Amino acid sequence: MVRATSVEKAFGGLKVLKGIDITVQRGEVACLVGPSGSGKTTFLRCVNHLEQITGGRLYVDGVLMGYRERGDKLHEMSPRDAGKQRRDIGMVFQHFNLFPHMTALQNIIEAPTQVRGVKKSEAIETARGLLARVGLDGKEKAYPAQLSGGQQQRVAIARALAMKPKLMLFDEPTSALDPELVGEVLKVMRQLAVDGMTMIVVTHEMGFAREVADRVVFMDGGVVVEEGPPSEVISNPQHERTRTFLRRMRQEEHAEEQV
Amino acid sequence: MGRAVRRDQDRRDQRGDELTHIGSRVEVAGAGNASGDPIKAVPLRRPGRWIAAFVVLALLVLFVYGAATNDNFQWDTYRKYVFDKRISEGAWVTVQVTFWAMLIGVVLGVVLAVMRLTPNPVLQSVSWLYLWIFRGTPVYVQLVFWGLFTSLYPHMAFGIPFGPRFVHFDIQTVDAAFFFATIGLGLNEAAYMAEIVRAGISSVDEGQTEAACALGMSWGLTMRRVVLPQAMRVIIPPTGNELISMLKTTSLVVAVPLSTDLYNQQAQIAGVIFRPIPLLMVAATWYLAITSVLMVGQYFLEKRFSRGASRKLTGRQLEALANAMHVTGGGM
Repeated sequence: MVRATSVEKAFGGLKVLKGIDITVQRGEVACLVGPSGSGKTTFLRCVNHLEQITGGRLYVDGVLMGYRERGDKLHEMSPRDAGKQRRDIGMVFQHFNLFPHMTALQNIIEAPTQVRGVKKSEAIETARGLLARVGLDGKEKAYPAQLSGGQQQRVAIARALAMKPKLMLFDEPTSALDPELVGEVLKVMRQLAVDGMTMIVVTHEMGFAREVADRVVFMDGGVVVEEGPPSEVISNPQHERTRTFLRRMRQEEHAEEQV
Repeated sequence: MGRAVRRDQDRRDQRGDELTHIGSRVEVAGAGNASGDPIKAVPLRRPGRWIAAFVVLALLVLFVYGAATNDNFQWDTYRKYVFDKRISEGAWVTVQVTFWAMLIGVVLGVVLAVMRLTPNPVLQSVSWLYLWIFRGTPVYVQLVFWGLFTSLYPHMAFGIPFGPRFVHFDIQTVDAAFFFATIGLGLNEAAYMAEIVRAGISSVDEGQTEAACALGMSWGLTMRRVVLPQAMRVIIPPTGNELISMLKTTSLVVAVPLSTDLYNQQAQIAGVIFRPIPLLMVAATWYLAITSVLMVGQYFLEKRFSRGASRKLTGRQLEALANAMHVTGGGM
């Protein structure tokens, strides 16, 4: 589903991604973990071309993202064509980014009706189904400001699902939430994984990664340090950097528990 | 709790009593019984407020009484001219100039703001240059300049440069004064509107465009459906200000010269009958009346575009919530 080969990304002279190779199969859940500044989020944003990659190739569902290959030359893609590619990739942001001037329902039907041209009545029906699926039936008329962080993030997941994506990207979906609200969002994501959605999740929730991920990718300094099933990367890391990071994460978790 | 006994004590103790009362209520609520009596506290006395209000009211009454009984205001002349046909016609011209000038200002202002926000450096600079000139010179000077426009360009034509002309008209024959007054005020206004619109668009969080982009929405769709509706909340109040300010700035169009607007109509009448004060009051009354109508319009526009901006629930939502809680008989 996703194939990245030596993907590079530089902001001016600053190289953030230094040759990333990642493959995610259809129906797989991949968790990107690593210290902040390691390039996890940047890589995620490259997958749906919110950032333009500056080296390597990135294919989603067999299609090159952001460029067209003609002969041996790459042509930049027009914004319109890039938009068409993004439609099939759902994205959930750390800070939800719901449209505050629209109700929960309006947020969900916006893209299907405006971008895909789905009939409004049909879109509303789908949206109600999705709201029920994320456990928010009855909240369709609420504006984002009237919802808790966890509820907002669940609406955001429903909004992304409304476009019937082939792939879902999660950018630290629980990092901006109060600890007691993290569970409700993870529960929705777990269910999505069970339903067979292909997902790439940038997260600090090691428990979630261990339980749900098919593959854990540990990144540091713009490269993939280690990857594999969680039983290997999390429970039995081979690299010193992975071990240090996991040890620090564990300490923080303990500290939180003691508080 | 001994409340009845304590209530008979002096005032000072009573405040303490109310405090303990609040404290005990919290405990009761904590125990799971929230149906205690609502607090009936003795309101705090605020003599300062009463004195201040009285002083201000007294001054106001004195002023109104003084004005009403002062013969120099010539209220009979005021009454005679307040609904004079020339005045109401002048007011109509003022409203028309305001409307068209503001329309030019808003449309051109949006164009300039978008030019300023594009990555194209040529468009950015042109927009900046426009702002520099039109904001940096007095509107009165600009209006005089527009009045002299016909001596600069007596003929205007639309066509391809050095090629065929499609339309050609003699600027002297159109209602030139009204035309140039509107253009002059409109182009000046565009410079201010551009900054207001730019501030509005910049105030919308970047995450909004990103989310729209990730959903596959195009730039135009994102602007129209996501960014501008949110920017409107920031744009409308200062635009209302600009509109009201424009209404009053129209009194400068005599510089073009256009002399059929409200201010110049009253000045002409005042010049003939030699009574400037009552006619100024007439003009002020009309300006105030029009401004009041505009303010009502602004109130409703602001309400329309503040949807979702507050956590507060509307009356209708509160009612629905209360009904829902009544049915389920529980909390949220």
